[in-house]
Parts: sequence; structure tokens; C-alpha cells
Amino acid sequence: MTHIEDVLEKRILVLDGAMGTMIQGFGFEEADFRGEQFKNHPCPLKGNNDLLSLTQPEAIKAIHRQYFEAGADIVETNTFSSTSIGMADYQMEDQVYDLNLQSAKIAREVADELTAIQPDKPRFVAGSIGPTNKTASMSPDVNDPGYRAITFKELVAAYREQVEGLVAGGVDLLLIETVFDTLNAKAALFAIDELKAEQGWTHPVMVSGTITDASGRTLSGQTVEAFLIAVEHIPLLSVGFNCALGADQLYPYLKRLSEQSGFYISAHPNAGLPNAFGAYDQTPEEMQKLIGSYLSDGLVNIVGGCCGTTPEHIRLIADLATKYTPRKRPRS
Amino acid sequence: MTTSTPHLKLSGLEPLHLTPETNFVNVGERTNVTGSRKFLRLIQAGDYAEAVEIAREQVLGGAQIIDVNMDEGMIDGVAAMTQFLNLIAAEPDIARVPVMIDSSKWEIIEAGLQVVQGKCVVNSISLKEGEAAFIEQAQKIRRYGAAVIVMAFDEQGQADTYDRRIEICKRSYELLVDRVQFPPQDIIFDPNIFPVATGMEEHRTNALDFFKATRWIREHLPYANVSGGVSNVSFSFRGNNRVREAMHAAFLYHGIQHGMTMGIVNPSLLEVYDEIPKELLEQVEDVLLNRREDATERLLAYAEGLKTDPQSDTVQKVEAWRSEVLQDRLTHALVKGIDSYIVEDVEEARQAAARPIEVIEGPLMDGMNVVGDLFGSGKMFLPQVVKSARVMKKAVAYLQPFIHEEKVAGTQSAGRILMATVKGDVHDIGKNIVSVVLACNNYEIIDLGVMVPPEKIIETALAEQVDVIGLSGLITPSLDEMIFVAKEMKRLKVRIPLLIGGATTSKAHTAVKIFPETLDTIIHVNDASKAVTVVNQLLNKKTGDQYRADIQSEYESFRTKFLERSSSKSYLTLAQARANRLQVDWENYRTLRPKKEGFHTLETLDLNLLLPYIDWSPFFRSWDLHGRYPKILKDPVVGTQAQELFSDAQKMLQQLVAEKKLTAKARFGIFPVNRVGDDIEMYSDASRAECIARWITLRQQLQKRAGEPNLALSDFVRPKTEGEVDYMGAFCVTAGFGTAQLAQAYEAANDDYSAIMVKALADRLAEAFAEYLHQQVRTHYWGYSPEESWSNDDLIQEKYRGIRPAPGYPACPDHLEKKTLWEVLKVEETIGVQLTESLAMWPAASVSGYYFAHPQARYFGLGKIKDDQLIDYSKRRNINEEEARKWLNPNLI
Repeated sequence: MTHIEDVLEKRILVLDGAMGTMIQGFGFEEADFRGEQFKNHPCPLKGNNDLLSLTQPEAIKAIHRQYFEAGADIVETNTFSSTSIGMADYQMEDQVYDLNLQSAKIAREVADELTAIQPDKPRFVAGSIGPTNKTASMSPDVNDPGYRAITFKELVAAYREQVEGLVAGGVDLLLIETVFDTLNAKAALFAIDELKAEQGWTHPVMVSGTITDASGRTLSGQTVEAFLIAVEHIPLLSVGFNCALGADQLYPYLKRLSEQSGFYISAHPNAGLPNAFGAYDQTPEEMQKLIGSYLSDGLVNIVGGCCGTTPEHIRLIADLATKYTPRKRPRS
Repeated sequence: MTTSTPHLKLSGLEPLHLTPETNFVNVGERTNVTGSRKFLRLIQAGDYAEAVEIAREQVLGGAQIIDVNMDEGMIDGVAAMTQFLNLIAAEPDIARVPVMIDSSKWEIIEAGLQVVQGKCVVNSISLKEGEAAFIEQAQKIRRYGAAVIVMAFDEQGQADTYDRRIEICKRSYELLVDRVQFPPQDIIFDPNIFPVATGMEEHRTNALDFFKATRWIREHLPYANVSGGVSNVSFSFRGNNRVREAMHAAFLYHGIQHGMTMGIVNPSLLEVYDEIPKELLEQVEDVLLNRREDATERLLAYAEGLKTDPQSDTVQKVEAWRSEVLQDRLTHALVKGIDSYIVEDVEEARQAAARPIEVIEGPLMDGMNVVGDLFGSGKMFLPQVVKSARVMKKAVAYLQPFIHEEKVAGTQSAGRILMATVKGDVHDIGKNIVSVVLACNNYEIIDLGVMVPPEKIIETALAEQVDVIGLSGLITPSLDEMIFVAKEMKRLKVRIPLLIGGATTSKAHTAVKIFPETLDTIIHVNDASKAVTVVNQLLNKKTGDQYRADIQSEYESFRTKFLERSSSKSYLTLAQARANRLQVDWENYRTLRPKKEGFHTLETLDLNLLLPYIDWSPFFRSWDLHGRYPKILKDPVVGTQAQELFSDAQKMLQQLVAEKKLTAKARFGIFPVNRVGDDIEMYSDASRAECIARWITLRQQLQKRAGEPNLALSDFVRPKTEGEVDYMGAFCVTAGFGTAQLAQAYEAANDDYSAIMVKALADRLAEAFAEYLHQQVRTHYWGYSPEESWSNDDLIQEKYRGIRPAPGYPACPDHLEKKTLWEVLKVEETIGVQLTESLAMWPAASVSGYYFAHPQARYFGLGKIKDDQLIDYSKRRNINEEEARKWLNPNLI
């Protein structure tokens, strides 16, 4: 199999776009989410997008295929919330291993299908590892700043379960993304490093943080560089940013990261900032132009889209990416 | 910012770098239940809100890391550590600095590691419980992403001698780096600070052993840092703060000189080194450095006298400095951070000055310059400088109304200036002074303060329609930040002139690095008085445009000239460079067969033989005396010093030779080779049946003048394709055995001068040996020029035929060649010279290299090479590109 590092030396790789936006397009209702398997589940399941990997696998495969056909080199598994912590809201903690396993398998299947058709453009599957909906270094209670809704140990246990499923399902890499609390990401890295040592696999790991606003910091308050220093103890394939901001707002932070990191750099911003209705208006052409400055300024090795992006966004980004050489890692 | 060597990086909400340029990092120690009774009381009472305030005071007072310790029998350490760290995580002005999790209990350490989002430091682990526990804990720490303090402590106990300290540190380092793959820059040694002047004979060298162990660690354990708990040293003087303060300052001063990079310090128990009364300092240093038999008795007696009446003592001290002249009083107040009298002193200065602004530009700035010098030379520390700044601010604040008053009422603002200290930097004294000076010249100042992100600078500049932006910064990373601001302005097409100022800024950096990124004018302004002239001219309606154009062309030409000196060179591809190799007429070249082929060893050479071969010029250079020997002895400036030095050197040299205190040995050989590509294959014999080694040479890629070749050392060897076998040699000589012991003995006697001298002489002898041996090889072993007779001057000028280039030097900057050399010659097995991990030779007074005999062989510098050769090289060397980059970094474009 092709090593992703070898490909990264030669060209800019393209990551897929939003999953949620695409799922919305199918207009699934409660019954579709439940499928046969969860017909009698005790609580509502509509909105549990990750569950669709089990109950509507063809829809998820179709989305992966659309992104690959648009030119993506890497798709992310439909597992952003597939941890026992995220699934607690749907009383589905016991399904976590299966969710990850199946999501990885279906993405693997589509990737292999496309690679077979076009062997000179190998397709990769990244296991998506979200931040969970709880933060380990911030208190949800303003009156009790010392309180924590989740502990590091609980996060490590949850991430171990998710990662085991993803690896068993055949992902090529692991992507810890939308990091808004670095301590959560460190728990994911801890889990991965433990499993690597125990099980002997060597999947590359990507980390992608989230700069929440113009303060230039993560939600948990770290600057770009402080964040980088806090996650670079585990050898990473890449470090980058995604979500929260559009490509133009993200530029200065990405640039800073690019100058300071010896790892490859990834970016998958949103299609602009959400409008008053929470929707994303940035057109593929507009986003392409903004991503163009990442490419021409040599900031990135891996680029894609987050909220609000579609296969058409990815198509235009992928077209443009072929015209530029990848960022060179600074000598360190 | 990318730095070429790995260094310790930590983070809270913000980063903290410990680079070789970092002066010293001080760790706040008050959030420690074992060290602060107040903190202990608060934690025991569950008053965490007050406890958090102690952490805040520490950070505001200048602590760059805060140490947190909950080791007390009556406290649930795990719960207290977790709770306290969770609480300070919610305080951005505390959480911005990294945390040091301090405990002797692993479960408390681990509890801390689980709640800190940045990269923290664990304090500490050691070999106390054996290797297995040590390795397991280190593995976990690495997985949690923290740096670690390692105590010099093993199964036998805590290290209390120099030898035990370095033995344990070395063993710990090797276990961490080799077994755990712990990043060496994340290791911080604590080689144990023990009390001095205890009256116990075995404690006499406690401080000195710490210093020496520190130096040894910094020299032998690459990238590791050294820390320690400083207040321990003065344990015998509890209750006598004046002695303790002086002792801490002196200890830190010497510790830093020896390579200490970090320390746990109580800023309130710290005197300024230069402010320690001379007599006290001498006595304290006598004790620390073990300079006198009776040092302890003398200091105890002296301390007794100091203690008598602390109250009247303080009063006397105050009166003494209050009676000095005004400037001295101002300087004293600034250096000591005393603000009690600053207003009356400043008022006195104001009345004496023609204009209030002159008080700032004159006496106050003079005082701050003293602070800056003391800080720069490691005699003042950040917490103290913070106090100085506070006094300065108070002084400026007092003067401000007078400065405003002086302004002509009703005049319009002459222009609007945005001032900011760039992101990541907190130094604002210079910026504030410039702001004040500009303001009193009728400019309207928009001061964004410190640590201002570029987005905010640009946004405000546009919103407020400013005429000029002033950027300030004191630390090195601020330079990059200024470039970043300029780039952002360029990207967003913001045309506003930039003023650059601050201690590390320079016209060269401004012109070369920032100027190309600017759309409008950029000017480096490093003093407040110049700022007014510059801004006046920039904003002058009639001549402003011309001035800007002049400045731009001035910076352009400055930049061009600067770059012409350094680069503006073009490079060939590797293929092109190889095509332009040295042309040698191999067909008509007769191979020089060695008279004595194979390997040779010289043991205990008579040092007398080497004396005529010594090149003295580099000896003087090593003492910072520049000039050629023997002319330097008559140099008008350094002549006298050079003579003294030379005569001392001669005395010591005679003694070294007569008493055979140094041992000189050599291992060398001449063997059959051929060039293959840019490599040199070495064979077991002339039949070339067996290739036993491969020397890898690098080729110049700089575009040369027509007719000039792009050289590689392999060019001087016959290619395998050109018929018969050729020969080359390799050697290692040393004159260093014995140096370390002698130097140590001198150091123990606190005779640093002789310690340095013996090392410098050993170096000279090793070089002389290399010269001598090369001559022996030419005339005797290889024997291709049996009848040569050159004078020493001729030898120094390399008039002879053949060269002896050394790996790690310009023709062959690749240190990895030494590994091949060691294997081929079996250097370590035969003469005992070793290679360190970073491939330095040990003993240091050693020289190794190759012999090439071809008449066209000459010395050259490789210069810069391109990535194509780097990649080619990494394949030939069979290492990955990253490692190749590491070794060849200085030669990469």
C-alpha cells in the first residue's frame, strides 16, 4: 500500500468536506435513523448522524464516493461523535465499537473501489475523532470553576474504545479534529499512544485544532503556539486547524502554525462564517479563491472543508491544489 | 520561528521557550505547602480562593513557571493538586504560564498531569526506586506530554559529591534517551543544591560540586537543562535574610555562569548581585567557591555582626543611600525597585531640568540603562526588573501632567500614532517612553499596550486612521512577530509607515527582513529623541513624500549591500556540479604507492618533537587576542597582554613536557581506494576484491567562474573506471590524555586561568602533532616526498604537497565521516580516543582527518548545498532525510 508520507512529499492532498450538510440533503426522518436494528430503541435517534453508518450505510457510502469523485484524497469516517461520551445522549454507549468499526469499513470499501479504478491516485481513510461534548479543562458551571464534567481517565477510556473500532475497521490514519480543549486532545493522543504500544500498529495521526474567534486562541484559551507545544510530544503526521472560522479568518493563525511546526500542515475551514440563520453562504468559487492564498503562500500540505462545504467546494479546491507544490516543512 | 537546535518548549495558555539565548527561567515557589507556611495554612483551611491569589502574585511578580506542591501529611495530595490546578486553569493571567507539578508521590504527579492542558514540568523523578520504576514513570510522562526534572538520586541515595552527581545524571540521561526515547531537551537535571557553611567538613564543596556538575551536564548531556531549589543553599542562615539574599544572588550568578538554566527562586529573598556589599560578597563567595580554609568561620562571624539589630540596621541602610547625589538616588531606586522616595526625587529632578521631559530622557533613562546592563549580564533577574519597571512607571506617571501642561493649549494634533508592543512580548518601557516623548510633541497617541495581536493592530490602525504605527519588542521572537505584522499589512494592502524599536531590533534586521514586506515606509528608531525627528519628517506636508522616498531608497540600498555581503549567489544542480568536477589527467598520473601501506600506531610520542610545529596564532585567538604570532607580541593594543600570556604559556608548556603530564598518541593508515561517483571505496588490498569502507564526500554547488571546478574531496582520487588502484590515508592524533585531570585540579584550586591554559596548550599540541605526523607520512610512511624540508612557517602556510582535511571542517562538514574513520582505523580500540554522541572527539585535544596526496589536491570550503544533494546524500549515507538535514543543516541553502 502507498504510504501517505510519500504522497505528501509530492503533492498537496485534499480532504473531504462536510458530512452533516450532505446528510441533511437526504431528509432522513426518525424512522430512517432507527432502521430495523433500532426500531425499539428507548429514546429519539433523529440527529444521531453517526448512527446512519449502521442504519443507512448506502447513503454514507454515496457521500464518501461523491467526495472522492470530486477529487478528495482522504475521506473522514462518519464517527465525529462516536464515543461513549457523545453517544450517551442517545443511550447508545454500547454501540460505540460497532459504530466505529462499520463506519471505517464502509469508507474503506469506497476508498479501495476508487483506488482500484485510479491506482496513481491512492485514496485514504482518516478515522474522525471529535472533541466530545465535554471539556476536561473548563468548568461548565460558572459558580464552581474547579468542577469538571469529565476526567482525563474517562476520556482516555472513551477514546480507546473509538480508536480500537476505527483501526479494526481498516482506517489508514487517525484525525483528532475540532480540538477546542487541548486536554481532550491530549487524552486522545494518550489513548492512541497506549494502543500503539500494546497492539503494535503505527497509523499516522493528524491533529486539527479550532481557533474560535479573532482572539486567535482555542476555546480553552491557548495561543496557536501554546497549542502546538502541548500536542507535539507524540509524533504527528500533521497539525492544523478546522471549523469555527472561514478560510480568510483562519489565514493568520494557519500561517503562524505553518511557520512554527515541523509537521505537515492541514486546514479544513468552514465555508465562511454562518449567516443569521446558521447556514453557510460561501460559494465554491469564493472559497476556492481564499484557499488559493493558502496554496500560493505555501502554507499547507493537506486542505479540505468543514461545515457548509460540499463536493463542489472540494472539486474546486482539488482542481486548484494540483497547480501548486506542497508546503516544505521548515528545517528543525 | 524555527530554531536549528532542539530546545525545551513549555506552554500554559502561552508558550515558553528555553533557548540558548534565554537568560534564565525562574520558577515561583510560593504555591508550595512545604515551603510556604501561608500557602499550607490556606490549603489546610480549604481557602482555595486566597491560595489562588498567591499564584497570581507569583506570576505578576515575574515567575515564568509556577511550582505547585501539596506534599503534606495532613493533606489529601491528589485531591488538593487536582482542585488547585483546576482552579488556576480558570484564571487566564495565571494559566498563561506553564505549571511545575511538584511531588515526591507518583499518584499526585499523575493527578496533576491529568488536569493540565499545556505542556508542564514534572518535579521530579529519580532512580531512587530503581530502573524499572524510573522507566515506567518516564514513559508515562512522555505520553502525557510533559518535561521532567530528574533528581541526582539513585538506589544508593542522593548524590552528594561531584562524581556521584555526574554518574547518576549520565545514567539517568542514557536510560531516558536510549530506552524511553525521551526527548533530551525535555530533561531537566536537578543535581542537588545542599547547604553550605554548616560547619561540616564534607559540606565545604556542596556549592562548588553543584556548579561543576552543572557544567559537566551542559557539556556532556546534549540539550539537557539544569535546575535547582536555590534557597536550600543558605539553610544555615535561616533568620538572617541579608546573608541569605546575598548568598542566593551569588549562587545564581555562579550557577548561571556554569550553565544553570532554571531555578526555583523566592524573589523576595534575592539581592541584586552588584548591590551586595563588597565584604559580604567576598565572604559569601569564599564559602560558595570554597576559597579559604576559614571561609565558614569568617562568614558566620560576619553574619553575627549583621544580625544585631535589624531595625536600626535597615534605617542605617536607608540613610546611607538617601544621602547620595540625585542621579545615584534615582539609579538606586530603579535598580532596587524602591518606590518610596521616587516622587520626591523626580520632583527634585524636574525642578533642576529645563523641561519635564528631560527628566525622563536623562536621569531616569540612565538609571534604566544600568538595570538593562545588569539584567543582560545575568546579575539581575526578571522579578527584579519587573520591580524596576514599576518604579519607572511611577516616575513617568508623576511627570505626565507637567508634560501635558507644557503643551501649547489649543494647538491641533500633529498626527495620530498607534503604539504597540507586539504579540508575545510584555516589555513596554521603551514603547511608553517613546509614547510620552511623542505626546509632548503634540502627537496623539493610541497605545494598545503589550502583547497586541497583529489583527488588533491593523484593525485599530484602520479604524482610527492613524498616520504612523510604532511596533516595539525586547525579546528575540518579537523580531519574527514584527515581520508577521508587516506581512499581514501587505496582504491586506494597508499603507501606513511603520516604526520599529526595542532592544533586539536593528537596522539590519529591519532593512533585510521587514522592509521587503512593507508597502509603505519602514524606519528603525531605537531612541526616543530620534522618534520625534523621524515622525516630524514623515508627516511633513511639504517634504514628507520626498523623505519617505529617501528612506525607502536608503533601506533598499542598505539591504542590497547587506545581502551582497552574504548571499546573492546562484547554485548548480547536483548533476551540473558533478559535470563540472575537477579535471585530472589520470591517464598520465603515476599512482604514489605508499612505502608502508596499512595501519600504524604511535604511542607516547615525545612531546619535545612537537614543540617546533606549534602554530601560536590560534592560541592567542582562543584568548580573544587577535593578531598573528610573533607580531602580536609587539601589537600596540594587546602586545603587553600577549607577552604575559605567552610567557605563562611557555612556563606551563615546559612543565607539561618535562613532567610528561600529557600523553600524545596517533593512529593512522594508508590504504587502497578508488572513487565511485562522489564516494571513495576503500579496499582490503590492491586486488580490490573486498570493499571494506565507503567514504562519502560532498560536492560544492555554488556557481563558479568559468574554468573553476565544483570540488569534492573524491576528485583527488583516481576513479575506478580509470584503471588501477589509488591510495589515501586517514588519521587521528591526540595530545589530550591528562588534560581533563590537570584542568580539574586547577579548577578545584579555583585557578580557572591555568585550567583554560592547559586546555588551550593541549589543543595546540594536538594540532602540532597533526602537522608533524603529516610530514612523517609525506616523507616516510607514504614517502612520496622524501626529501622535503620546509620551515614551520612554510608548514603553517601549507606549502607542501598533499592535504589533510578533517571531517567537521569546511571541505567536509559532515561529522558522520568520523564514524567511518573510527571503524576503519579502530581508533578507540587502539589509542582510546572516543566519539561522543554528537560526534565530538574525547579528549577534546584531538585531530582526525584524511590524507590526499594528489598534486592537485587542495583545501576548499564546501559552502552551501541544495536539496538535491541532500537527498542524494541521505540515500548514500542510508539515513533518512530528516537526519541528514540535522547533520548538514549549516550547509543547507
